[in-house]
Amino acid sequence: MSAGSSHIVIAAKARVLIDGAAEGPLLRLVEPISFWGGVDPETGRLTDPRHPQHGVAIGGTVLALAATRGSSSSSAIMLELLRRGIGPAALLLGEPDAILALGVIVGREMGYPAIPVLALPAAAQALLPEGRLRIARGGAIAAA
Amino acid sequence: MTLTLSAEERAMAAGARGTAVAMAARILADTAALLGAERLIEVTSSHVDGCLYHGDSGVEFAERLAAEGGRVAVPTTLNVGALDLLHPGRVRFDPHRAAMARRLMAAYEALGCTPSWTCAPYQAGHRPKRGEHVAWGESNAVVFCNSVLGARTNRLGDFLDICAALCARAPYAGLHRDQDRRARIVVDASGLSERLRTTEAFYPVLGAWLGAEIGSAVAAITGMPRPIPEDRLKALGAAAASSGAVGLFHIVGVTPEAPDLATATGGEAPERRIALTPAMIRAARDRLSTAAAGTRRIDAVAVGSPHFSEEEFSELGRLLAGRRLAVPFYACTGRGVLRQIEASGLLATLTAAGVEIVTDTCVVVAPILPDSGGVLMTNSGKFAHYATPNTGFATIYGSLADCVASAVEGRIARDESLWQ
Repeated sequence: MSAGSSHIVIAAKARVLIDGAAEGPLLRLVEPISFWGGVDPETGRLTDPRHPQHGVAIGGTVLALAATRGSSSSSAIMLELLRRGIGPAALLLGEPDAILALGVIVGREMGYPAIPVLALPAAAQALLPEGRLRIARGGAIAAA
Repeated sequence: MTLTLSAEERAMAAGARGTAVAMAARILADTAALLGAERLIEVTSSHVDGCLYHGDSGVEFAERLAAEGGRVAVPTTLNVGALDLLHPGRVRFDPHRAAMARRLMAAYEALGCTPSWTCAPYQAGHRPKRGEHVAWGESNAVVFCNSVLGARTNRLGDFLDICAALCARAPYAGLHRDQDRRARIVVDASGLSERLRTTEAFYPVLGAWLGAEIGSAVAAITGMPRPIPEDRLKALGAAAASSGAVGLFHIVGVTPEAPDLATATGGEAPERRIALTPAMIRAARDRLSTAAAGTRRIDAVAVGSPHFSEEEFSELGRLLAGRRLAVPFYACTGRGVLRQIEASGLLATLTAAGVEIVTDTCVVVAPILPDSGGVLMTNSGKFAHYATPNTGFATIYGSLADCVASAVEGRIARDESLWQ
């Protein structure tokens, strides 16, 4: 944080599902995706050809998902992304979802790098500024 | 709401039953808290989906539980793995993946799970009773367990299923509770033709429509024939859990918690009513095909998602009627059903016609289909949903009769009259 940033504007306050601090560029998924069958666990890229952001890599991003869908094996894909160090920097979920967050909980037990997971309704996600975001412990989200 | 654990659960989390159960209990408690559950609930069985290889992390997790002496506390079946153990060479993995997939399956066996290797455990003898609380993974098994058997489970993500099996507990939330099992949406099918409603091929399409339309909500469907064969309910649920996240549906007059509409809705007014039209069903059917309209080419057929039952194999035998298949035709099933059709002599008839049996796994979770790619025809809403992203094949949906006719002719042949 630079010396001149003493008046950071908090963009949003989210409900903490898994606490932590992180920073990364905001990536909004414009349509829901099932991580299993939709995200390549070896590259972190979106692989579902029906998804408009097909080919985009989610590694290091603050990944905002308005809604989640699909396979309960998505937690296994999340865990594998974390083990390989190519997972998102943080997850913002439009609705609390135990499947992706579960991958993070298990990763924490396994000693893989943990990431914050926050619940932030889709309407609030839409108001987030583009660009890099910083997430503080406790759920405050600010432009970085 | 805050989560309160019982004394026994706190002891588990503190290591009274060993470090594997302690880790499982912590994961259960963390997940329960995240779901807003106030407590855990005792469960009497589990079905575990974590035995499919997605990467080395899953192997590290299961082997750690096994190495630390973990042992399931309730009867636990296993979903598909990434290998066909009965037909070595069927799955074309590189040596590392093959070895890790095998280690993963072995680790779950070491944890005391039954090596059932099927996504249709409910047709392999694992049938909890109505009202029983269980902890199941695999989305099609979950929706069948809730809807057709009337037992109670949430859609558990991979890893939570084995944690629940080790602790005999699940978060008390969602579909374990009466209020979350009542239908809030009523779907009326009476505007569709009697012929369509009594045809096998309608059920995966209805499921695909339902999941896409309502997501994870609970619906009651009226205007359906009764009774409905179990394999059709299985196909409906699997499709609804692929296009959406449906964990429970009711069919009035058919499924156990819906003897009548008032019971299914808990006596409350529905939030939404939807009247199905033939156009809605045609559109849902068309979305199950990713191949270009008018495609005649066919490179392979896949059936058996969920895993084929003995009855479905019998129907396949009747439709083949002694003819030979001109393209690769994969039928995925569990080893229990395989033994049944082997004993009856049906297996020999089917393999002579060219049917390739896949056990313990299936064609959308492991590299089995030809490398050439192309067009895959299927009668499964779930295969139709996942085949394109997972295998690269374009899909065409059709009835089992369409699949057989097309595979015999070597080009797509569909009976369109049904959908008019």
